[in-house]
Amino acid sequence: MEIYRAGIPSLISGNIKLISGPGCPVCVTSENYVDMAISYLNEGYNILTFGDMFRVPGSKGSLETEGSGKVKIIYSPDEALEFAEENCDKKIILLAVGFETTAPLFASILKEIRNRKITNLYLLCSLKLIPPAIEYLLSSGEVKIDGFLLPGHVSAIIGTKQFQKICRQYKIPGVVSGFEPQDILESIFMLLLILEKKEEYLKIQYARVVKEEGNPLALKEIEDVFEMTDADWRGIGSLKNSGLKIRKEFQDYDIQVVHPIRVKSQPINPQCKCGEVLKGIISPRDCPLFGKLCSPQTPQGPCMVSSEGACAAIYKYGRE
Amino acid sequence: MCLGVPVKIIEITEDKNSAICEYQGVRRKVNIRFVPDVKIGDYVILHAGFAIQKVEEKSAHQIYELLNQIERSQ
Amino acid sequence: MRLSTNMVENKITLSHGSGLQATKKLIQEIFLKHLGDEILLSLQDSAIINVEKEKLAFTIDSYTVNPLFFPSSDIGKLAIYGTINDLAVMGAKPMFISLGFIIEEGLDIATLEKIAISIKEAKNRAKVEIVAGDTKVVEKGKCDGVYITSSGIGVQILDSFPFLNSIVPGDKVIINGTIGEHELAVLLARGEFKFQADIRSDCQPLWEIIEKLLHNCPGIKFMRDATRGGIGGVLNELAEQINYGIQIYEDKIPVREEVKGICDILGFDYLFLANEGKFIAIVEESQAQKVIEIMKDSGYPLASIIGEVRKEFSQKVKLQTIKGGDRILDFPYGSQFPRIC
Repeated sequence: MEIYRAGIPSLISGNIKLISGPGCPVCVTSENYVDMAISYLNEGYNILTFGDMFRVPGSKGSLETEGSGKVKIIYSPDEALEFAEENCDKKIILLAVGFETTAPLFASILKEIRNRKITNLYLLCSLKLIPPAIEYLLSSGEVKIDGFLLPGHVSAIIGTKQFQKICRQYKIPGVVSGFEPQDILESIFMLLLILEKKEEYLKIQYARVVKEEGNPLALKEIEDVFEMTDADWRGIGSLKNSGLKIRKEFQDYDIQVVHPIRVKSQPINPQCKCGEVLKGIISPRDCPLFGKLCSPQTPQGPCMVSSEGACAAIYKYGRE
Repeated sequence: MCLGVPVKIIEITEDKNSAICEYQGVRRKVNIRFVPDVKIGDYVILHAGFAIQKVEEKSAHQIYELLNQIERSQ
Repeated sequence: MRLSTNMVENKITLSHGSGLQATKKLIQEIFLKHLGDEILLSLQDSAIINVEKEKLAFTIDSYTVNPLFFPSSDIGKLAIYGTINDLAVMGAKPMFISLGFIIEEGLDIATLEKIAISIKEAKNRAKVEIVAGDTKVVEKGKCDGVYITSSGIGVQILDSFPFLNSIVPGDKVIINGTIGEHELAVLLARGEFKFQADIRSDCQPLWEIIEKLLHNCPGIKFMRDATRGGIGGVLNELAEQINYGIQIYEDKIPVREEVKGICDILGFDYLFLANEGKFIAIVEESQAQKVIEIMKDSGYPLASIIGEVRKEFSQKVKLQTIKGGDRILDFPYGSQFPRIC
């Protein structure tokens, strides 16, 4: 999104094409997850969520349209602890959506819930892992890319070894990038240099934050609380070991264990091409619904709702 | 993606689990459990109320080194 | 009852109150559709009505701010200044206000008195009279302390203002000071998201400066106060009404460090945050510098030219970013929320 907010496509040469991959946890959250959250609302739960999820459409409506006063937007999961303690009469679910950057935060919150003996706060978990998704894209052979701008804050947590392995295996270079406009431009420049010298490896542009080993404390926190599981990626399908689920020791706070709900979900519009946009196969403008049936006001899929979504970015910032 | 902002540590709480951080005049209490060895004056990346990594001081962007490399090779 | 709207939603959401696309759609599909007449359909900040020889400006606004008191202002001041500013930007001298109060059962009377005193101070400063009022009380929980509806009447001093049809490429876009403060001041006063920052509401009356400008600068073609939806909302709405485009420059827009700081952290765009003492003016190029000088001499030191009207594109607002890149400043659907992504 920073790429479009800073107007970067207008600053680079026309023969460099920037494609959005599955870099947005909201984009790739399944309709089923939103439908489940809404079902819990109807069962009397209150929901706490990051703002990103508020307008994401499920099969029938979003948290915004179905919430009616029972959905509260938070900036940090730490607000959930206080909210739960101040509202003992309420049953509260915290939506745990994000990638490896945000996973340690939710791990820490689960530990705090246990330490503080909070009994009215649960998590609905849909945390996902990036490297399996990148590997899936490359192994499917559908994507034609020359290089990756790799996520700087995910790498701050997990380090660079997993990305290095993928880059070497598929012989596609990657640069771990920061988010300021100068970081992004510098990273593109570094990628071009790697391609010109025909080196196939990974470089870190965001060296002021990213270390090869990542953040071991954060990684341990994730390991203490979560374990890998298969996960559903909207537009892609189920990927093996690409998500996180709450370990047995913390299952008292996993709402899917404490109060399981089965929800059958309809995909929003069969013509929605979010999946192919996420894979970088087509650009948003190639989708038949883009700008016509699908806009930020009437999103057909999450790529248009999410502020980070490829379609929303082009619609808002790049549409001519 | 993954909004994270470099903020300065201006005070560390007694229990050493949190720090008051400042960014352009804005302050918030930040959880520092993932960067426990930070000192006052250090910068950390703030993501959703937690410090996820320390920011090392790097005096110049690598781009200047890269541009110098190109110049030298020409 | 079978409805005849083109609205996508069937329930009201908070987005419908944001002042952005969702609000616009609601007004068009529900209110204008059934109530629209020539005056209402012009969608100006105040209606101009011919009464014998005078042109009266008539407007109404409702105030539901929570908390009732926040740094530098309160719901009482807001109810006066907000309404008179809607008159002022139409070139109308504000004269009379009527106030309707909906009060929640259980509110401290001392709080209500504090609001009344604040209203008195505001009306004295703005030199308007409050000529009618009403109060109702609702059960506890049915409103947030107090809601105020304020309608205002003024007399237009500049016939047929604003002059939308006379806006041409080259006209300058001017703002009278720093943006984004009111909405953030209220957010912080609610204790939302646990941030502290010295950000105060910019709530203030604008008739004095506007009257001075209208008397001294014949080249002012349009004004609008940048309340809900911010300057981004005002410029997008304007672009849709004229046959040209609007270009603005990020490095020219006055904004305080603290506002940028909160926006960076929460992922907000300050261009779409509400103000209560800022207005956009579209001014003929040759008069723009004079407008800035008068503003600066009148207590608006950060008044700035932030862009211009362009013919190369139409019905759109473009922003040149600090890094030199260009992007379209699109009209958001609804209010902004903190995001992690």
